[in-house]
This record gives sequence, structure tokens and C-alpha cells, in this order.
Amino acid sequence: MKITKEEVQYVADLARLTLSKEEKEVFTTHLNDILMYVDILKSADTMDVEPMSHVVESAEAFRDDVVTPSIGTDAALANAPDHNGSAFRVPRVIE
Amino acid sequence: MELHEHTIHSLEERLREGEITSLEITKAIFERIEAVEDRVHSYITLMRESAFESARQSDRRREKGETRGPLDGIPVALKDLLCTKDAPTTCGSHILENFMSPYDASVVEKLRAAGAVILGKTNMDEFAMGSSTETSYFGVTRNPWDLERIPGGSSGGSASAVAAGECIASLGSDTGGSIRQPAAHCGVVGMKPTYGRVSRYGLVAFASSLDQIGSLTKDIEDSAIILGVIAGHDKRDSTSLPEPVPDYRKFLGRGIEGWVVGIPEEYYIEGIDPEATEAVERAAEAMKELGAECREISLPHTRYGIAAYYIIGPAEASSNLARYDGIRYGLRASGRKQLIDLYRSTRAAGFGAEVKRRIMIGTYALSSGYYDAYYKKASQVRTLMKRDFDDAFGICDVILTPTTPTAAFRLGEKIDDPLRMYLSDVFTLPANLAGIPGLSLPCGFTEKGLPLGIQLLAGYFKEDKLLQAAYALEKALPRDQRRPAL
Repeated sequence: MKITKEEVQYVADLARLTLSKEEKEVFTTHLNDILMYVDILKSADTMDVEPMSHVVESAEAFRDDVVTPSIGTDAALANAPDHNGSAFRVPRVIE
Repeated sequence: MELHEHTIHSLEERLREGEITSLEITKAIFERIEAVEDRVHSYITLMRESAFESARQSDRRREKGETRGPLDGIPVALKDLLCTKDAPTTCGSHILENFMSPYDASVVEKLRAAGAVILGKTNMDEFAMGSSTETSYFGVTRNPWDLERIPGGSSGGSASAVAAGECIASLGSDTGGSIRQPAAHCGVVGMKPTYGRVSRYGLVAFASSLDQIGSLTKDIEDSAIILGVIAGHDKRDSTSLPEPVPDYRKFLGRGIEGWVVGIPEEYYIEGIDPEATEAVERAAEAMKELGAECREISLPHTRYGIAAYYIIGPAEASSNLARYDGIRYGLRASGRKQLIDLYRSTRAAGFGAEVKRRIMIGTYALSSGYYDAYYKKASQVRTLMKRDFDDAFGICDVILTPTTPTAAFRLGEKIDDPLRMYLSDVFTLPANLAGIPGLSLPCGFTEKGLPLGIQLLAGYFKEDKLLQAAYALEKALPRDQRRPAL
């Protein structure tokens, strides 16, 4: 086993996921299977090979600095589970 | 031939000749949906009222001589991760069950502007993560050719809808084969354009460097028609490229005499069904008869494809899906007093098992201490795979491969074994890693009567060549008039 149940719990915390006991068991097995399979990458000779994060190389996409209409408060809040008419409402963060 | 069996171009002609109206076609499609949908389940949401209204408007335009082109009045379906402001966009997920987008995706705007009649939103694997449409929160879609089998995925509903006559054509998205694989399993044509050919604005993101929108159609000419409508630069997607959009239909019928067709030796893998190999051989024979030369080529890094893909895809997904936190839209878990508990419980309740699994893989691969071993290594392998294709297209015009290692598998067969499920994408995902266009075309049936597909690949922005070759091949392959027995 490369990855333990404790590590699975740690990763779930990073990912903001609550996992049930069964999920933790299953994911530990599956993650190990997948990581074991992915080990094949180690045999690839990548010395001096640039990593490719994107197909499109030119990342510079400037637009003119012009103000354009945005969707507005009502539309932005329309899907919110909770709001006060002008902002999203969340549980108290600061006591 | 019944109306729901027609292609875009045959209906275009009948509409032009005044033999039929868009309203009649749309009614015929909804009758077909009523007759088969409870068995196939292609759709999550049907948009009956707005579809009939669009059809009437199209007919009025036609009466006035103001028709907008080949898609005007044609009923099409949209994969349910393309944002629409007049119907929910669920991504097949509980977490977005009631989400109403405030805007239309660019491709949806383009379809509407072209006069297309939008029928509804099709079923899909949750957030496009899957190869069988079994991970949808809204239930499975069944393969119209055999209801005990999967339609493929993740654009399974878009493929089954075309195959079952529940739409004339549809849009899907393809991150590792999600258009081409279901197209092959359902016996239709599926096209993934070059990365950057079609705007992704309003496509709910899975893996942003791999995702691309494309079509599922009954034939190659329809594929050319749809690409001509949806392709092009969009200032709202900085990764869409300003290459000119040619008239793709002009390339159809030009033939492929003297072309070099590459057949990668690495694609004859263990576990491939001999019937899938025979389909490629049939296609190669047909292309030879058309005057092309088939040449064995090597894509030496193919064997790393799945591993690289199943690091890069989940890594991007884990960050893209961080936005589903129960604050701005979507599901929110109730009764949580702490913000962090609200995040965790919302995501635990809102995501299904496969989405959680990919978020876990991606988060692990990007976490401190593992980044170099996984994400960076996978991205370097991605460079090597791209170079393989660059070298290959120095020699050949198009590449011919199977689309999938086997025909459609049974419902439930692979759902508990993610790694086996991931292997379904072995032939399709290299095109996403490299960003090149690919297309799946029907090529005969298995002995059991299941459709088989073959895949053609071309270089960057060579959709014209891809369609030219595919059209020639489609015409050369024996015509099989079989239809799903629904």
C-alpha cells in the first residue's frame, strides 16, 4: 500500500470533502490501484523535456481597457442558496 | 424514411423545396422522443415549448426568404454542461440540479443565431467524468442498439439521442474521448475539433486544457455543417484561436488520392477485440482503393497516455471543481454553523463517487511533495506525446486507428472498477493531450450487431482534411441500412 487511510483523510481535508467510512476504504483501494498504474510514467525518459501545461502557447490575450456591462446583482444572486438581496450570506466566520 | 431518420442536409433540402416545415420536423422528433425516451433516457431536460416557438419562427423566416443557413429550423440537442439561460444546466450532478445559467454558452448563441431548434439537454456522466453515462445523478442512458449496454460517455445522451432519432444532431464535449467513444458505441459520427477551434465560453469546465466542444451527427456532411457554425475565435475565451474558418463542406467529395494514411503500430494493444482491429483493416482497405497509401507509423509514447491523462485531467478537475462550495450557486448542505463544515458537507452531498475520486486523485497529485512526481512528470510526457504526433504528421496526412478497444460494454460491467473504465479511452485521449482534432466514424458491426467505430486524426486546425478523408471513407465503406430496433 502506497497511500494509507490517514493520507486519504488528509487529501479529503485539502479537497474539502467529508468522506464516509466506506468511501474512505474504497478510495484508499482505488487510489492505490490508480497510483500503481500511473507508476508507468517513471519509465518515461523526460530528461530536459519541457512540461506542457497547455496546447495554446501564446497566453497573452489582452483586451482593451473598456468598461462593459456585467450581469448585475440580481442575476448574480439568482442561484445563491442564501443571500440578503445585495450579497451572498454565509455562516459567521469571525466570532 | 421517417422524419426523425433524416440528416441535417437532407432536411435542409426538403425545407428549401418547401416540402416540409420546421414545425413538422420538430413535432415528429417530439413524437419519437415520446415513443422511445422511457427506454433510452437520452435527456435530462426537454424544452418542448421553446422548441416549438423556435420552429415557428424559423418557418416564418423561411416564408419571408430570410433563412439563416443550413441549420435554420433543424432540431438539435445539447449536452447538459453547455450553459443555457432558458433551461437548467445540471452537468449530470446533484450539486447543480437547479442551476440556471445567467447566460448562454457561445456555441448556444451561435446555434440560436443560425436558427437551430434546441430540443433539450442531454444526459451525461457527472461533470463529464466517465465513459458510460452511468455516473449521472439523473440515471443511466441506454444504448439504442442494445438496451442492456452503455451508450458510452461522457456525452452518452448526445450520442444515443442521435442514434435513436431523438434529435437530428447534437453537441457534446470531449476531454479524453467523450464525443468519439459514445459516437462509436452508438453508430454515429463524433467530431472533436482542435483545441482552440471552438470557444469554450459557457462550457462548464472539467479539465480546461483538454476540454473541447464538438458534434454528434448522422454523417460527415452534417459534421462539416455544424463545425462551420460553431468554430471561430471568441473574445470571451482567450484560448480560442483566430484561425479563419473555412467552408468545410467544400472539402467533401475531393477524394484522398495520393494521401498517406498512418496506422500506428502501438495501437494494436493487448485486450483489443479482434472485431475492432478488423474494422480498422476494412477502413484501411477502403482508403487504399481510394488511392491513398497506408503506412505503418510509430507513436512511441502512446503507452504512457492513460497514466498522463489520469493525472492531468483530475489535477485540473480538482481545481476547477473547487468553485462548488454551496455559496454562490448550487446545492448547500443545511444546518452547518461553521463555514468549513458547510463546504465539506455540501461537496460530500452534492458530488457522486466518480467526481469525488477524481478530485481526490487530482488533489493528491498536486499536493505538496508529489507535484514533481505526478503532475510535472505527466506534463513532460504530454510534450513527448505531442512531439510523436508532430513527427507523424510530417509523414502522413491523417492517422487511422480504432476508436475504442471493444464495442459497447454491458451496464454495470465496469462501474466498480475505475481503472478498467479508464482504459476505454486509450485510443482517444492522446488527441486531447496533444490538442489535435479527431473524428469517429461508423465502420460496420460486431457479430452481435453492435456498432463499431474507427478514428481519424489530423494535425492542428486540419479539420478540413479530416472531414475530406472521413467523407471519402464514409462513401467507400459498404452502406449498412441497419437501424436500432427500438
